Amino acid sequence: MNTFDYVRPATLQEAIAAASGPGAAYLAAGTNLLDLMKGGITRPSRLVDISRLPDLDRIDDVADGGVRIGALVRNAELARDRDFTGRFPAVAEALLSGASAQLRNAATVGGNLLQRTRCAYFYDVATACNKRDPGSGCDARGGDNRLHAILGWSESCIATHPSDFCVPLVALDAVVEIEGKAGRREIPLEKFHRLPGDAPERENMLEPGEIIVALRLPGEAAHFAAHARYVKVRERTSYAFAVVSAAAALRVEGDRIADARVALGGVAAKPWRAREAEVILAGARVDSALFHRAAKAALADAKPSGDNAFKIELTRRIVVRALSLAAAGTPEHVPALPASPFATVSGDVIHA
Amino acid sequence: MAFSTTLTVNGVRRTIQLDDPRVTLLDLLRERLELTGTKKGCDRGQCGACTVIVDGRRINSCLALAVSHDGAEVLTIEGVAHGDRLHPVQEAFIAHDGLQCGFCTPGQIMSAIGLIQEGEAGDDPERIREGMSGNLCRCGAYQGITEAVLDAQKALDNGSQRKVA
Repeated sequence: MNTFDYVRPATLQEAIAAASGPGAAYLAAGTNLLDLMKGGITRPSRLVDISRLPDLDRIDDVADGGVRIGALVRNAELARDRDFTGRFPAVAEALLSGASAQLRNAATVGGNLLQRTRCAYFYDVATACNKRDPGSGCDARGGDNRLHAILGWSESCIATHPSDFCVPLVALDAVVEIEGKAGRREIPLEKFHRLPGDAPERENMLEPGEIIVALRLPGEAAHFAAHARYVKVRERTSYAFAVVSAAAALRVEGDRIADARVALGGVAAKPWRAREAEVILAGARVDSALFHRAAKAALADAKPSGDNAFKIELTRRIVVRALSLAAAGTPEHVPALPASPFATVSGDVIHA
Repeated sequence: MAFSTTLTVNGVRRTIQLDDPRVTLLDLLRERLELTGTKKGCDRGQCGACTVIVDGRRINSCLALAVSHDGAEVLTIEGVAHGDRLHPVQEAFIAHDGLQCGFCTPGQIMSAIGLIQEGEAGDDPERIREGMSGNLCRCGAYQGITEAVLDAQKALDNGSQRKVA
């Protein structure tokens, strides 16, 4: 690990001033940042410790029936907040399917949005990576790339965003509150992360010194609570990043879907909102053929970036599974294995 | 630049002068306080051998900067027994052979104490396995570990007068 200056500002304004210069990075829990620093992948010259900044660790109700989550709220804390999990169960399920209990106890919600890709070439400083070292090339292209992107990738980068939490959040129209030298602004989460294009080193919309202060879910997002699930395929039962994942949230009236939200994880450099699928679902009758049509639409633009064509079909099936589980209804308790595709669903719709 | 960091470790207040901000909580415990019960496995947050309880929460001490935890209360494996009387989780690991080589055991035990405090696993072995999935055991003593956690939880629920940690 490189050496760095360590500063612990007392106020948000001091933090922004301290982090506005080149080479500075914010430190919250550090669960991703310290790992990257140990590997020499990131080499900040100054760490601005924001872990004790006041008022960023609160979960507050918002007048529209939504919720505002401070950037320093821990993943586990949010997933254990009964009021939150009752209103946004797919978000809680996604949180609990990510990382390990130890990491969830430390990691913050703001940090979750900013975690870096787990592309093995990004992590290996002996290889070419345009994200880590702009202009150096991409060894993942033509390398071991079965887990890489199938949507939104470019010749310069085929990495995926690793977050589970962001997938239901983007489906439910979460908004990111940002503070910087110029004051406060907000961006829909869907527009927060950038696709790689020819500048994969720019991963999000934050300007130097800007900091995430909170996430907001609108009150409308709670209307899906009775039919909201997250499903995640992993290469082992637990404690693994998604190969692919999907969040599905439905508002069901009688035998019809009044409104639908679908998003995909593990498929692109950002959490992927599947609006094409939502259009097909809205107003239609709940049935298996409908879910297949929606899944097909969600992946219409997908193309393999290497040895990963299987992920396209796998994602279609996981979308069908997530929709089937959502239609069956949100379980009273988060399952023992959150988001596991091994859970059973009643009815024949599961045999997709 | 020196950083003065005060921690309460296993009930004892310790003030440490750090000459380098890079020191992790794990290295501080092992190298500066000579509490070597906490193990360094992967040093990257993947194996759980370094698990300790900080301000009531189990975390990976390898991914925590010591300087950032100034003022924290830390519980390590050295602090869970009362003299010669083992903690119920320690007793259960012995009773159920929840270990072979023993390297991951301090992390397993601290993680199990954290899991039981969180109170969400109940008596469901699946939830216990899931809750312990951040602790790898390369000897593969998982069966014994799960049984030990189930048993320890029962012992603690059954009116044991001893507080968990």
